[in-house]
Amino acid sequence: MSRPKLYGLMAEFDSPDALLAAAHKATAAGYRRMDAYSPMPIEELAEAVGFHHTSLPLVVLCGGILGGITGFGMQYYGSVFTFSQNVAGKPLNSWPAFIPITFELTVLFAALTCVFGMLAMNGLPTPYHPVFNVPNFALASRDKFFLCIKARDPKFDARATREFLQGLGPIEVSNVEA
Amino acid sequence: MSLSDLPDVQLEQAQKPALIVGVGAAVLLVAMAFVGADRDQFFRSYLYGYVFWLAFPLGSLALLMLHHLTGGGWGFVIRRLCEAGARTFALMAVLFLPLAVGISRLYPWTRAGWAEEAAKHAPFKATYLSQPFFFTRAVIYFVVWIGLGYLLSKWSMEEDQTGDPGMHNRMEALSAPGLILYGLTATFAVIDWVMSVDPDWMSTMYGLIFVVVHVFTAMAFLIFMASRFADHEPLAKVATPSRFHDLGTLLFAFTMLWAYLAFSQFLIIWAGNLKAEITWYVHRGLGEWSWVAGLLLLFHFFVPFFILLNRPIKRRKQLMAKVALVLIVVSALDVFWIITPSFFPAPTIHLSDVLAVAAIGGLWLWAFAKQAQGRPLVPLHDPRMEEAVEHGA
Repeated sequence: MSRPKLYGLMAEFDSPDALLAAAHKATAAGYRRMDAYSPMPIEELAEAVGFHHTSLPLVVLCGGILGGITGFGMQYYGSVFTFSQNVAGKPLNSWPAFIPITFELTVLFAALTCVFGMLAMNGLPTPYHPVFNVPNFALASRDKFFLCIKARDPKFDARATREFLQGLGPIEVSNVEA
Repeated sequence: MSLSDLPDVQLEQAQKPALIVGVGAAVLLVAMAFVGADRDQFFRSYLYGYVFWLAFPLGSLALLMLHHLTGGGWGFVIRRLCEAGARTFALMAVLFLPLAVGISRLYPWTRAGWAEEAAKHAPFKATYLSQPFFFTRAVIYFVVWIGLGYLLSKWSMEEDQTGDPGMHNRMEALSAPGLILYGLTATFAVIDWVMSVDPDWMSTMYGLIFVVVHVFTAMAFLIFMASRFADHEPLAKVATPSRFHDLGTLLFAFTMLWAYLAFSQFLIIWAGNLKAEITWYVHRGLGEWSWVAGLLLLFHFFVPFFILLNRPIKRRKQLMAKVALVLIVVSALDVFWIITPSFFPAPTIHLSDVLAVAAIGGLWLWAFAKQAQGRPLVPLHDPRMEEAVEHGA
């Protein structure tokens, strides 16, 4: 089978502080591909699991520029080529009048790119995810905190990583089956 | 960190140079007016310097009341500085006197025959722009500003001393009508003092543009000041990167608002294309002043827009302090572009413009530094402080 049987190893913690400390230690130990799950937002956690920059802002910028060009271009094309009207003796390319629509379409395109780009880059919708194979994982939306080191991590080793996670003082370490 | 870095010590040390610059520039400015005999230019420069520096206390007052009404952790970083700014209106009232002296040199509507001529086609304007009414309104503006600044500062200090939570409610209750009063007085004041330099021209959006000038300039100044004191307790408790992020985001919002209002005024006048209105923009946007308009478009909108879009920049206070300083200069250029073209066909900068900005600025900064001393830089007993500190990370 080409698919790895093991998706990763999941450690369960009792408190947000324990999770945060574990994430910091895992990063310090050289692990890069991990994810943390918590019932509430924890500041710093995203950075602790090495989640620094995404390319979403760049995609949104491109969406915004595209929207601006579309907004201005549509009006320019309409007013100058296909439906040229002399309005109060103003030039056909009366750009000040085009600015509001240009602005609105910039915002619209950027916002839509942001929402759908975020969904796409998060891989959503995801009907199946291996982490739900861990029996206790339902508690991630209640009162438990989870750190999962993925098998894709170059440093991952089923035995060594398990020992490492055990050393962080979790309630339990479980295999996450793919 | 040595003792000499303490905010109070820094402020006290800044007082003397500010006063020297202010008084020195003022003496030079007055001397130039008498020796050079170009009295008109003295008043033009003075009007510019005055209107620009008035943005600092007025913006501080507006932001202060805004925070009393809306709350939020960002306000605790700048609240005491806002209060200090709002206590400088007495000085601004004194500094208004030269404008009162120069009224007949600045405003065409004071000339003999103007009122009779205007009464024929715009009777309201002729009544509104009369000297007694002009001065009455100026007195009302200053009474309102001094009163609001005094009460909000006084109650805030009592809150510090007694810990009485009722003070917070009082300040909140005053801020709602206070903001309305600010909106009315600030917009009428610029219509009186600045727009009436061109008594035939009018724009209903003019006052609001100046409201943005006020909050934009004051916010930049407050970010700069807060960044200098952010490492000291008790300010350090609230002045976290997240709070600077918030302040930077507000500055970003004011940048957008400036662009929105400035463009809207232009769009409306451009679309109407009436001779009496459009000349204002033809002069400032197409003629020899157009490159100043271009600079504003670039540095008052595009550059700060992209800089302040960056989260990492907004979270670094030293960087934000530099951005804020540049934006204060840009705002000075904005006010210059609004006022000075009324007097000159082409971009002209006089030594007296620089001196007026230095004179009024030196005196105002001196007063601000004096007022900002002696009180803790955060309101210690504000009922919402604890929450703000908790979420400050």
